[in-house]
Amino acid sequence: MTSATAGLPPLKVVIAKPGLDGHDRGAKVVARALRDSGMEVVYTGIYQSPESILRAVVQEDADVLGLSSLSGAHLEYARDLCALLKENDRRDVLFVVGGTIPPEDADTLKGYGVHEVFGPGTPTAELVAYISRNARQARLA
Amino acid sequence: MEPMNEDDKRWDERVEEWKTGRVVADYQRVPPRRSEYTTLSGAPVKDVYTHADIRHLDPAEDIGLPGEYPYTRGVHATMYRGRPWTIRQVAGFGQAEDTNNRYKYLLKTGQTGLSTDFDLPTLLGYDSDHEVYRREVGRIGVAVDTVVDMHALFDGIPLDQISTSMTINPSAAVVLAMYRVVADERGIPGHVLTGTTQNDILKEYIAQNEFIFPPLPSVQLVVDTMEYGADVMPRFNPLNVCGYHIRDAGSTAVEEVGLTISNALCYLEHAVERGIDIDRLAPRVSFFWDVHNNFFEEAAKLRAARRLWARLMRERLGAKDPRSWLMRAHCQTAGVSLTAQQPYNNVARTAIQAMAAILGGTQSLHTNSLDEALSIPSESAIKIAVRTQAIILHETGVADVVDPLAGSYYVESLTSQIEEDALALIERIDALGGMIEAVQSGYAVQLISDSAWEQQVKVESNDTITVGVNDYVDEDETQDIEIDRPVPGVMERQMARLAEVKRSREDRQVTATLRAIEKAAPDLHHNLMPLIEDAVRARATVGEICDVLRDVWGHHQPSTVF
Repeated sequence: MTSATAGLPPLKVVIAKPGLDGHDRGAKVVARALRDSGMEVVYTGIYQSPESILRAVVQEDADVLGLSSLSGAHLEYARDLCALLKENDRRDVLFVVGGTIPPEDADTLKGYGVHEVFGPGTPTAELVAYISRNARQARLA
Repeated sequence: MEPMNEDDKRWDERVEEWKTGRVVADYQRVPPRRSEYTTLSGAPVKDVYTHADIRHLDPAEDIGLPGEYPYTRGVHATMYRGRPWTIRQVAGFGQAEDTNNRYKYLLKTGQTGLSTDFDLPTLLGYDSDHEVYRREVGRIGVAVDTVVDMHALFDGIPLDQISTSMTINPSAAVVLAMYRVVADERGIPGHVLTGTTQNDILKEYIAQNEFIFPPLPSVQLVVDTMEYGADVMPRFNPLNVCGYHIRDAGSTAVEEVGLTISNALCYLEHAVERGIDIDRLAPRVSFFWDVHNNFFEEAAKLRAARRLWARLMRERLGAKDPRSWLMRAHCQTAGVSLTAQQPYNNVARTAIQAMAAILGGTQSLHTNSLDEALSIPSESAIKIAVRTQAIILHETGVADVVDPLAGSYYVESLTSQIEEDALALIERIDALGGMIEAVQSGYAVQLISDSAWEQQVKVESNDTITVGVNDYVDEDETQDIEIDRPVPGVMERQMARLAEVKRSREDRQVTATLRAIEKAAPDLHHNLMPLIEDAVRARATVGEICDVLRDVWGHHQPSTVF
């Protein structure tokens, strides 16, 4: 944990799988790595709608939302979630997306308001460092 | 084990002397590259293997001859010297016409069998006009709502001459009936149809995560399809039991074999419980393996799985027909081994994995394309993948001898080890009460998640090197590969077609056939396939048929364990 979060309650992270995509090896590995680093992690399981993911974020009062997509539908789901987070006054959530995301889609995602995009092969230490550094200071654009 | 003779004793002493002398001296000069050598699955690997490592094997009973029990050396006597393996690349995207065009391209490029990926709504039993899921229409596979789409998918393809593999699971019963109805409506008799529906629902609960109903009715529906296949399309494989997804989800090679065979036993034992003769169904069960990076382990895995299956079918299930003992298998190179970094390196990985599949004796093979860590493959990437198989077949000579690795001290030793460890896992699952129990208790999911995590830890600690990811990294790497983009307008066009089918069909007939399924479904021993076929003929949709079954059987809840 970096000094920014020292002494505060642990970060709360929701890892979510939107739509019908079942590939959850990456989501589960990330969830485990974040938990091992001291964060409190909730995994939604597969088959979630943007609305059910928002509900999990609100109910858990999450600091961070990690969306995992390997089915090519990342743009639509991330766009809907950005809109829902804004409408529901959760602009403070650090929103990251991971999975099989073609590089040129990363900019589109950031245009919607996603803070960072992590492609295949990202070391989990990099995720932990990024989240520790940026959570609780995020503002959704 | 036989008592050791004098020659064996002398040999063991000589090996011991060599190890403590020469080997130690050499390591003193040049220390081992790694503190510990293991296979990709974590099994320890010795410095060197000798005759002593395979002394316990009986050359006739354990290794035998190709095409003979226990089939360690292959399911056919002549293997690729006669007919080469089937080059079978999976394809599916957009609407049926889009995939149909891709099929024609693949057949022209040198492919010899077809393989279909369906989109997620079709796979999970939803129609293309579903309010939330319609955004996934045609994305990672082809959209099929009714038999009208199936007709378009196979338009101009001679179904009496070419075999078709269909990657479909919880809704497989519907798609299998559609295939049969398409052939029937084109005047092609069921007995000439060849191919496969994947239809392996148990691995969905533990690995791939495409499921609808709870495990028990789902397994019984699989038994229905097997019985239906034996009745109306006897050369078709309605069930293809998969290790691929279990492995790609993170299991070890041993877990891949153990869990997959446990799944296969579960279907067949439920069929036997229903009074169906094992030898009526088992000859049409086929398998699907993931061929990963550790070359010898993968070739040995295929040999071990064949031997274990033959023994279990003969001894445990009492199958009498030798065709029931045969493990015929399709292989695919490991999707999970592909890297998004330096994607051209994936061509080398795939070629090496493909060679292990051939040396392991596969019946058909899919080679992954170099861009698949980023998207579904582009046509140019697919062509390299297909041609990789042609290079192995024609230029390397590895296909010219049957089971050339047999007798290798290392490979035979690995084969025995994998067989033994996989059997131990199967027995652990038996002790838990069988595979349905291992699904419901979360045992199998946890096993795979733990193995995936261990592999991740090895990569992150640089204990495992992945070229381009945690070593040999190009700081200024630029991605310059062509990325396949979704076909625009697919969802709208597919929704329009579905609306048109719904307008032109006979509603009363649709309702009547769906009602018949609803009435029969609570009796899990009632074969639903003839009723599903009736509904398909009436142009009922995949979503409508699955909705009826959802109402009767309920849903399986996704796991939130990690």
